[in-house]
Amino acid sequence: MIRVENLVTSYNGRRILNNVNLEVQAGETMVILGGSGTGKSTLLRHIIRLELPTSGHVYIKNQDICHMPEDRFNLLRAKIGMLFQSAALFNSMTVEENVALPLRELTRLEDSTIRIMTRIKLDLVGLGGFENYMPSELSGGMKKRAGLARALAMDPEILLFDEPSAGLDPITAAGIDNLILKLHKAFHMTIVVVTHEMASAFTIADRITVMDQGEVIATGTPEEIRASKHPKVQQFLNRTPVDETLDAQAYLRSLTQS
Amino acid sequence: MTAVLALIGRSTLGLARYSQGLYRLTRDTAYWTFVAPFKGRGFKGQAAIHQMVMAGVNSIPIVGTISVFVGIILALQGAYAMRNIGAGPYYIALLVGVAMTRELGPLITAIIVAGRSGSAFAAEIGTMKVSEEIDALEAMGLNSIKYLVVPKYLALLVMMPCLTILSDAAGILGGGIFQMYQLDQTFLMFLAATRDTLVMRDIWTGLIKSLVFGLIIAKVGCYEGFAVRGGAEGVGKATTSSVVISIFLVIAADVVFTALFYYTS
Repeated sequence: MIRVENLVTSYNGRRILNNVNLEVQAGETMVILGGSGTGKSTLLRHIIRLELPTSGHVYIKNQDICHMPEDRFNLLRAKIGMLFQSAALFNSMTVEENVALPLRELTRLEDSTIRIMTRIKLDLVGLGGFENYMPSELSGGMKKRAGLARALAMDPEILLFDEPSAGLDPITAAGIDNLILKLHKAFHMTIVVVTHEMASAFTIADRITVMDQGEVIATGTPEEIRASKHPKVQQFLNRTPVDETLDAQAYLRSLTQS
Repeated sequence: MTAVLALIGRSTLGLARYSQGLYRLTRDTAYWTFVAPFKGRGFKGQAAIHQMVMAGVNSIPIVGTISVFVGIILALQGAYAMRNIGAGPYYIALLVGVAMTRELGPLITAIIVAGRSGSAFAAEIGTMKVSEEIDALEAMGLNSIKYLVVPKYLALLVMMPCLTILSDAAGILGGGIFQMYQLDQTFLMFLAATRDTLVMRDIWTGLIKSLVFGLIIAKVGCYEGFAVRGGAEGVGKATTSSVVISIFLVIAADVVFTALFYYTS
């Protein structure tokens, strides 16, 4: 369903993604795991084509989206839903208006039908009754659920999550994990989740890809990842901090040079 | 010396990048405003009307008030200057009428709108940028220029000439108030003198300028919003930059158009 081939991206001369290869099968839940700054969110942004790579390809349903005209890709985008880290709800609209937006703009459905579909999506994520709330009146967990309802509005085949548990307490985060599992079981969507929360990753994943410094260092089932002999994978799984060996001369140079 | 040259080089490159960005935004906005609706790609009419109310209707009190003050100031200064040459009240009506319609009406309106609406555009779009709302729009396959820029652009293209007409009228009224109370003229005498001195060219040159100023303010405000980096501080910087750059470009355009209208009259 999704295939990333030799993806390379740089910002201001700094390489963020370095020859990333990834394959996500239809109907599976792939978790991209890694520490902060390893390029996970950047990879996700390339999959939805919010950014274009320096080189490499991203294929969705065997179509190379990197070189596709914008109009054609927007037809594909209608089948992809994304939940952003901050939920990215439109603050000037109510929850119902947020969820209804893609339906109003991308379909010719009647208003009454859109209203019903919106309420179904909100009920699905446990936000029934909150249609007229503004995003500023919602808690963090509720915002994520509203963002997820909006991502589900067009009945997508692919769902992307960028750090769904970020900023949430463990109980609320577990609620989001259960929701992801429920959606996967009910709709058999292809789901890609970017996270650094191990508990979430091992709960929801069919397969896990571990990234470090812009590279994929391991891919496999949760059991395979647990059993991986790669030192950085084990360091991440065991929450072992990086052993920083101080080079005294280099440190002095960095302090004194202008 | 090298540092100075490097600064000049960096500034030139920065200016070139800025100009290129503004050009691209203008080109895309023109497409989504004048071409896309006729290709069945939709048009955000209600959003445009909402922006017209926010940028135009809500500016009426401040534009009107400031323009009355400007009219009074013009008449006062004009009366002072013309006292020495023995010029009568007729020439004050000429001064106020021509200055307001050809110059100060569009310029004062543009400065107020740049400070009020241009900064609001930058702040709104910049805030949406940092909170990933623009990414969310794009991820849904919705073009951010169609949804965010076109309504604002249309709002200023329509409301700037309207506000300019209001400013012209308010400024002339201000001049008339001075004439009534200081020069023993009736308001009707002042209006008659203004009507006799003004020609249509005075009015439409001012309106053409107001259209161009509106375009500049909308473009710069939206561009600064899209260019925001770095959170709340970036939004603050963009808001300030949009006002400063808008006013600079408005006055630069004013020089060009004033010269053009002068040499073609």
